[in-house]
Amino acid sequence: MLEIILERFNYIPIIILMMTGLYVVIATGNLVKRLVGLSLFQTSVFLLYITIGKVFDGQPPIIADAGHGEDAGHGAETAGHAAEAAGHAAEVAYSNPLPHVLILTAIVVGVATLAVGLALVVRIREAYGTIEDDALNAADYSLETGSAE
Amino acid sequence: MDMLASLLPAGVAVHAPALIVVIPLIMAAVAAFMPKGLWAWGVTLVTAIAVAILSLNILGQVSTGGVISYAMGGWAPPAGIELRVDMLNVPLLLLVGIVGLLCVIYALPSVADEIAKKQQSLFYSAFLVCFAGLLGVTITGDAFNVFVFLEISSISTYTIIAMGAGKDRRALTASYNYLVLGTIGATFFVIGVGFLYMATGTLNIADMAAVLEETGHNRVTEAAFAFIVVGLGLKAAMFPLHVWLPNAYAFAPNFVTAFLASTATKVAFYALVRFVFSVFHPEVAFVSMSFTWLFAVVGVVAMMVASVQAVFQTDARRLLAYSSVAQVGYMMLGLGMGTAAGLSAGMLHLMNHALMKGALFMALGAFALNFGVRRVKDLAGLGQTMPASSAAFTVAGLSLVGVPLTVGFTSKWYLVTAALERGWWWAVAALMISSLLALAYVARLLAAIWMENPPASRGGTPPARRLAPWMVLAPMSVLAVANIYFFFHADPLVGLARAAANAVMGGN
Amino acid sequence: MWTPELSLALALAIPAIGGVAVALLGKHPNLREAATLVSAVLLALNVAYLVEIAPGHPTLELANLAPGLHLVFRLEPLGAMFAAVASGLWIVNSLYSIGYMRGNNEKNQTRFYVCFCIAIGAAMGVALSGNLLTMFLFYEVLTLSTYPLVTHKGDENAKRGGKIYLSILLGTSIGLLLPAVIATHFLAGSTDFVAGGLLAINGVTPMVASVLLILFAFGIGKAALMPVHPWLPNAMVAPTPVSALLHAVAVVKAGVFAMLKVGTYIFGPELIAAAPASDALAWIAAISIVLASIVAMTKDNLKARLAFSTVSQLSYVTLGVMLASPLAMLGGALQIVMHAWGKITLFMSAGAIYTATKKSEISEMAGLGRYMPWLFIAYTVGALSIIGLPPLGGTWPKLFLMQGAWDSGHGLLIVALVASSILNVAYLLPISARGFFAAPEEAKLKKKPPMLVILPPVITATGVLVLFFLIGPLRDYLAPVFMSSSLAAEAAS
Repeated sequence: MLEIILERFNYIPIIILMMTGLYVVIATGNLVKRLVGLSLFQTSVFLLYITIGKVFDGQPPIIADAGHGEDAGHGAETAGHAAEAAGHAAEVAYSNPLPHVLILTAIVVGVATLAVGLALVVRIREAYGTIEDDALNAADYSLETGSAE
Repeated sequence: MDMLASLLPAGVAVHAPALIVVIPLIMAAVAAFMPKGLWAWGVTLVTAIAVAILSLNILGQVSTGGVISYAMGGWAPPAGIELRVDMLNVPLLLLVGIVGLLCVIYALPSVADEIAKKQQSLFYSAFLVCFAGLLGVTITGDAFNVFVFLEISSISTYTIIAMGAGKDRRALTASYNYLVLGTIGATFFVIGVGFLYMATGTLNIADMAAVLEETGHNRVTEAAFAFIVVGLGLKAAMFPLHVWLPNAYAFAPNFVTAFLASTATKVAFYALVRFVFSVFHPEVAFVSMSFTWLFAVVGVVAMMVASVQAVFQTDARRLLAYSSVAQVGYMMLGLGMGTAAGLSAGMLHLMNHALMKGALFMALGAFALNFGVRRVKDLAGLGQTMPASSAAFTVAGLSLVGVPLTVGFTSKWYLVTAALERGWWWAVAALMISSLLALAYVARLLAAIWMENPPASRGGTPPARRLAPWMVLAPMSVLAVANIYFFFHADPLVGLARAAANAVMGGN
Repeated sequence: MWTPELSLALALAIPAIGGVAVALLGKHPNLREAATLVSAVLLALNVAYLVEIAPGHPTLELANLAPGLHLVFRLEPLGAMFAAVASGLWIVNSLYSIGYMRGNNEKNQTRFYVCFCIAIGAAMGVALSGNLLTMFLFYEVLTLSTYPLVTHKGDENAKRGGKIYLSILLGTSIGLLLPAVIATHFLAGSTDFVAGGLLAINGVTPMVASVLLILFAFGIGKAALMPVHPWLPNAMVAPTPVSALLHAVAVVKAGVFAMLKVGTYIFGPELIAAAPASDALAWIAAISIVLASIVAMTKDNLKARLAFSTVSQLSYVTLGVMLASPLAMLGGALQIVMHAWGKITLFMSAGAIYTATKKSEISEMAGLGRYMPWLFIAYTVGALSIIGLPPLGGTWPKLFLMQGAWDSGHGLLIVALVASSILNVAYLLPISARGFFAAPEEAKLKKKPPMLVILPPVITATGVLVLFFLIGPLRDYLAPVFMSSSLAAEAAS
């Protein structure tokens, strides 16, 4: 049992970060803090991808031999576990660049989301004068009718 | 069909799948630099026309030539990103393209009224990004690419929804809440894709399916399935992940609501169908269980609960937004039946609902444009002051209820027939009850429009008629007439829906 | 040149074109009224031709919506008879409407006449429909087109009545009738009306047929089977020409006609007889007959009393369908004709009384018969027909129904029919009695009623008398519809 957990130790920080992020999103009343929680949550996903893509003893995926020029552009397709690319020396294990590419994309998406989110927070502050959830709800919804006014 | 396939010269037609995404993206940049809102709108219009033509061309190509597989940048799949069009996503491309074009025509007066002059160019630019994103989700054949385009469309959606703050500041909080929930949903989706990548080693959807068929399923793929369903379900407004939708639709600019209601949730539903059928085979135990116990149940609950919530709303757009959630429930029920008939009924309803809701929200936008209508009671007397828009609203409203002579009747018919074939009497009862609930809230709206007298502030007796600008009337009338036309000529839509279902369920 | 298909198409086209003409001529009341009358006469002539060719079953495909779904007209004797009743009475009702609307200075008359045209067109559609889908479509159009007529007055009462009208009719049709139609399509592959019963031919079990029968019986809300009847008394807020239309010509007759057509062509008499639910529904119809009559007795408002009388009389047809013997169904079909002519007389009389005296409560109508003798004679004739006394048309449906009840082994239900007749006397005749024999409250009438509101009831009362003697041709025309080969010999007596 213990071995199984230790083998998969990378998931522990991932899960902790994910849950922390989600908890912050749900529990906080401050809009900026909520975005922080969201970022934490997204970071856990980055860790997920990176850690599962780790190839132990992996070499940088650059082909040194000149004779294999036609495969040069396809280095990214090498699967994460074994060096199955045809024509290469079978013992060389290349690192898998694909998860890293994916994560860079996801980071960019995360940054864009954060930027838009913070911009919204700025505008909300200008329009409402507050960035606390309770105050915003009170401003948006009247208690008597329960409907927006 | 051959005529459609030869709409464009062969050199362009070959690249149509890529162009349909790339053109809006590039034009978004162009629109951002336009000094005047009118010019930005012009750019948007040209783009929408181009996209509509491209989508028709792609329809022609797929109908005559079979599945289109386009390798982006010349890199062959499964390593390169593939754009893949088959009969499942062609109806959606058509929908986004054509309804998008109608909405863009509608946009000029609507946006001019609701958004500050200085921001109009940027608004159209953001809209074009959203447009490109939705088209990208529809056309791509690579799982991670779905995430990228999904987020592209979502982030720009958050922006254009927030632009409604000019008229009502609650658009900001609505957009913010949508942002938080939408990001969580997209992140769940990407976790799911990560698990799938772990299990199969590939990101190409078709390739994943092949690998999974060989190696079988395990807990990793089950987890992936769960995450993907939740993630896409949130974007598709599947109950109970729909909570962002009512406020987002209620406070966004009218043009945005009309566009999103017709396209955004539909595209996410398509993505869900694509993953559920093309990646995970429906014969697999946990997938087929999910049909009956997840999608069908969620669909039925959505139909009932959201319809009831709609009956009690005071804000007109919020009422229709809850109605949209209920209608997504119909589609989920169609999906949950797990049969080709059910899926095709769901897809038919997807297309018909876009026609109905597009017309409804456009009409509400016309009312808001002329008279600042927001709440249901503001609708009083519009039958006398804005008869053309009220007529379009009435036709689309009756279509929502499912009265014969409208397209809503056709999709209800097919849904009930599919439920009967499946032997699900309870689903038939649920469909009928939710139709009656739809009658309740549509009757409220129609009663206010036709049976009440306009308030004194709106003009003397008899009240003056104010026609909406023709650019608002024309697309709205086209959609309203389409509701009736496709009742009498249901073949094109039914045919598309059936072909879509057969494309993923393997022939019937 | 003059083909049966053209005639079928004209049955729909004439009211539609008439409606357009009326809408365009709105500013010229005399021309507008002329347009209505011309349309009515043309339609009646067309339908007369249709009646003649009905036994040949001509068909007309209206639209092909999708594979397996098509809108089609298929003429047969029942439909032709209903179309004849509707189109014939439209002429009379139009004359009456002109008199009433002008006599009472009603507003929005153009809208009124346009909706009338559309409603009659929809009734034609129901009459000529060749499958359930077509019938359902025109049934819904009928509901929607009569809504502006019901809420014509535009006041709070009218709106409330209209709301109940719409919610019950649309609720039952969308909630119960539509699933029944779709289920029929699912079980039988189509919704066509087929001699012998579509479901019977497709081997549907009696249990499933029972469920469908219940859905149809309550889904066809226009047949006003208790408890889906409240729309009928609440629709009394409409002006009387509308009530005459609703309760004689279009709406209720469309309902019971639909019931009859579904019973004959979708289920077939044998399947209904075999289905356990038909017994229960026959008893519900019988209870409806008696209960509605009892409620009618408690009403002082004349139109309300007539409304509940209608609920009661309509259930005769439902009873006929549920008894499922050839004579009972024939009795039901005859009831459509006889009750239409009788009830329209009564309603038009009520409207004439209102136009002349502005009175609508029976307790205030003492002695009016002295001032409007022809009207009250017409009323009495109509009442006697509803009660079922010879030599008036209403005798025959009762007779056939009683015979049919006996034939199908439900002899006890004859008691309901007899009780109904006695109750009819109790609530219909007092108006005549008070009118002729009580002392009037005022010395003379405030206003002489226009000829156009007195003449139509007299015409229809005469019609009721004439119909009694036309039983031979009527029976010969309709009987083949209900005869199945095994029972043909039995009913020859």
